Amino acid sequence: MMGCPELPVQTASALYIANKLNIEGFEVTAAGNKAAISLLLNSDPEKHYIKKVMDIDRCIGAIVDKKSDFDLCFVFIHSDSGISYLATIKSISKAKTVAVIFGKDIDPLIKASEDSIIIAAKAVHNPTPLRAQIDGVKSWAVLTR
Amino acid sequence: MGCVDEMNYEILLPNSSFKECADYIKKNFKEIFFVPAGFKIFDNYLVGVPPIPIAVDNDYIIMPYVKPCHGCFVLRIPGKEEVERFRSGKMGDF
Repeated sequence: MMGCPELPVQTASALYIANKLNIEGFEVTAAGNKAAISLLLNSDPEKHYIKKVMDIDRCIGAIVDKKSDFDLCFVFIHSDSGISYLATIKSISKAKTVAVIFGKDIDPLIKASEDSIIIAAKAVHNPTPLRAQIDGVKSWAVLTR
Repeated sequence: MGCVDEMNYEILLPNSSFKECADYIKKNFKEIFFVPAGFKIFDNYLVGVPPIPIAVDNDYIIMPYVKPCHGCFVLRIPGKEEVERFRSGKMGDF
């Protein structure tokens, strides 16, 4: 689940996580605003990594209306808006939530996400610090068991 | 699904955190209802940290509205039907 893609690491990290999830056999859906989805689709035109995309607000509506739900939800957070989306997902979905926190000022965001699994790094343009945190998780599938 | 952008809204508090918007509503209005995240209003699903305060003032709804790019806003939206729904307690199951 992605908000505004104003920080370049978001798209790169989303595709990186999607690849890891695909390897573990997950079917990956990306939800985001128009700009975030457009960046993903332009980066993965043949949908090797992202199998399905949804508008972020329609995705929330589909979960509330019980038309859709997920086992795991990665919420990309670099601002207070991301915290609101994380709280919403925690409230409406059965998914285990993973807060993927990045940007310059990550400490308040980490604090506000304490009841989720947290992947966090100070990262704006260079996804390497965030990638290192993602690589620290050996399996996402165990979270769904 | 509806779009708040198409409504005749007034912004009471722009570009703030969700907490600032929730506090603004609680501080400035008397008739307040608390709803869960995902609550449907004006054909939109509310995003935020529950319980989300919504105020009713005459024929207006005052609510927080989160935009992924721009933070949270407090909006004042005319909505007789929604006001009636709150006052009658017919807000659905949540």
